[in-house]
Amino acid sequence: MTTRSPLSLAAPWLGAALLALIGFATAGVPYALLGAISGFILGWLIFWIAQRRYRQSVPTYYTAGQTLWYYTFRVIAGAIFLFLITPILVVMPLSFNAQDFFTFTPEMLAFDPAGYSLKHYRDFFNNDDWQNAVRNSIRIAPMATLLSVTFGTLAAIGLSQPHVPFRRAIMAILISPMIVPLIISAAGMYFFYSRIGLQGTYMGVVLAHAALGIPFVIITVTATLVGFDNSLTRAAANMGASPVRTFFKVQMPLILPGVISGGLFAFITSFDEVVVVLFVGSAGQKTLPWQMFTGLREQISPTILAVATLLVVISVLLLTTLELLRRRSERLRGMSPG
Amino acid sequence: MSQSSTRADFVVFDRVQKSYDGETLVVKDLNLSIGKGEFLTMLGPSGSGKTTCLMMLAGFETATHGDILLDGKPINNISPHKRGIGMVFQNYALFPHMTIAENLSFPLEVRKMGRSEREERVQRALDLVQMGEFGGRRPAQLSGGQQQRVALTRALVFEPDLVLMDEPLGALDKQLRETMQFEIKRIADDLGITVVYVTHDQTEALTMSDRVAVFEDGRIQQLAPPDELYEAPKNSFVAQFIGENNTLEGVVQEINGDVALVKLDDDSLIDAKPVNVSAAGERTTVSIRPERVEINPDLGADAHTLKADVLEFIYMGDVFRTRLRVAGNDNFIVKTRNRADQARLEPGTQVDIGWLPQDCRALDA
Repeated sequence: MTTRSPLSLAAPWLGAALLALIGFATAGVPYALLGAISGFILGWLIFWIAQRRYRQSVPTYYTAGQTLWYYTFRVIAGAIFLFLITPILVVMPLSFNAQDFFTFTPEMLAFDPAGYSLKHYRDFFNNDDWQNAVRNSIRIAPMATLLSVTFGTLAAIGLSQPHVPFRRAIMAILISPMIVPLIISAAGMYFFYSRIGLQGTYMGVVLAHAALGIPFVIITVTATLVGFDNSLTRAAANMGASPVRTFFKVQMPLILPGVISGGLFAFITSFDEVVVVLFVGSAGQKTLPWQMFTGLREQISPTILAVATLLVVISVLLLTTLELLRRRSERLRGMSPG
Repeated sequence: MSQSSTRADFVVFDRVQKSYDGETLVVKDLNLSIGKGEFLTMLGPSGSGKTTCLMMLAGFETATHGDILLDGKPINNISPHKRGIGMVFQNYALFPHMTIAENLSFPLEVRKMGRSEREERVQRALDLVQMGEFGGRRPAQLSGGQQQRVALTRALVFEPDLVLMDEPLGALDKQLRETMQFEIKRIADDLGITVVYVTHDQTEALTMSDRVAVFEDGRIQQLAPPDELYEAPKNSFVAQFIGENNTLEGVVQEINGDVALVKLDDDSLIDAKPVNVSAAGERTTVSIRPERVEINPDLGADAHTLKADVLEFIYMGDVFRTRLRVAGNDNFIVKTRNRADQARLEPGTQVDIGWLPQDCRALDA
């Protein structure tokens, strides 16, 4: 590791200051910020290349071509990541818009505090339509999740027994709601539920969402069961535990991470779902996504953006939980002997 | 309760058969009585049906035909969790999400035992295997040998009369395995429990057992105490499977009471004890243990000896192992103890070998 000269350490800051000054002189505060960021990057980049520091993170035997590809690959990966994440990020500042538009106003770009407000959030929390939708979503999603988790876990355990006939066929049928285009499932459910009087009822929507959530639970639980050591259940039986006790005391705690992550997927599926609920539900089951859909079509209110931001935050929290659980399950699995 | 069992038939396999696919029998007509307090080992190569027998006893497999009796009662229709049999699994099967103490108290909780009594029993059990301070650890934090001790303790903590062990020492290294063999034997004797032990390791079977059942092809080939098994194998499979063994092929020339004269395939003559040959003219395999072969023997005037070419001499520390060519068999092994006066045989030389007729057994061809 070569010691870095003071100049090379100062370069990014010098570049930032210089371009910020130029930016401010030409177009004011927003461009000064833009200039500062690009100046910092440029200043760093120049010395990074001039001092051959890019060689430090690749093995010494790499050819120039290999080094180039090493960084190209990272740039491509970064670009894909950016492509996926930008639409979500753009929504967030827009939701603090003081105007009723879907665009960045000049005030916002100039970082004028007057350009920002929480009024769309206020609208969301005060508007009866939205609050109704939230209530419906909260009534439907957990119930659907509960059903998905129960049936999905039982199905996964049953289907992991080698003696069950037609396992693959049954599995394919249970997974199909995930593969069949949603609009087909929705239309099918509409006609089927109308016949048996479930169309337009709370129970109908819950059942429909449960059916959509079950595949996620089956897949995650099946994956956890692959690593499950069957001699554990035998050992439990041998020590006198009934099958029910064995399930709750031995099997369930070990597959719990799979059950919970399946449950989270099922919850998000129900919470995000708009097509099926449009078919199966009635005005009384207007969920949050449904309200957003009508909001977009009928009034184009930035309240949608506020709701979207809140949903993104909730999703991030859920996914973080998921990741923590996954790590815990890995730790437990590393602990399982044999 | 129809009848109570005597000491000799605590566990009974009565004409038990097992088939997984309905065509081939994995266990063929098993009849076996295990006495109370006995340490019985089921020994055999993989696929011989020994583990299946153990699983039928534990209740994880059902017998296709025949009865299994425990303490005089048929248990075919009793589900595994109601049999009250302890079991040590090959991979230990400790619950990874529970601590050692929780693992041990699981069978006691199932039996609705009070908390204080549970804790006391668990601690006593841990002390028994010198693991007293490990109660709060998880299985993954223990070494293989420690996990093995816990698994053993867990199978014993609810004081079952019968404990099954399915190759419990398979995953341990040699030294630990030998220590554990003695420890298991000691604990089993102390507690007076009946143990059915499955293994494919014959040393393990010989060291630990009161009786050994040698399985092959779904049948018990021989059921005998270890010394009898080693010194008086009933057929050539048992002779080959237990310990090291030299075999020579030949035809029975004459049987004279306890001694059969066998004419080997290279026309040399040798004496053997007739075991399952009955008449002159039968083909036979004679079997002799490497340590019972004598070099340049002095066995008396009418004893028969064989000429042997020394092929290889291996120094093994406590013993010398010499490979000879005898009557066309290039793999005839002789083991001699490393004594100060013991001659080391040079490859390329020729020696006379012989043995006492009762050490050499004429078995089925």
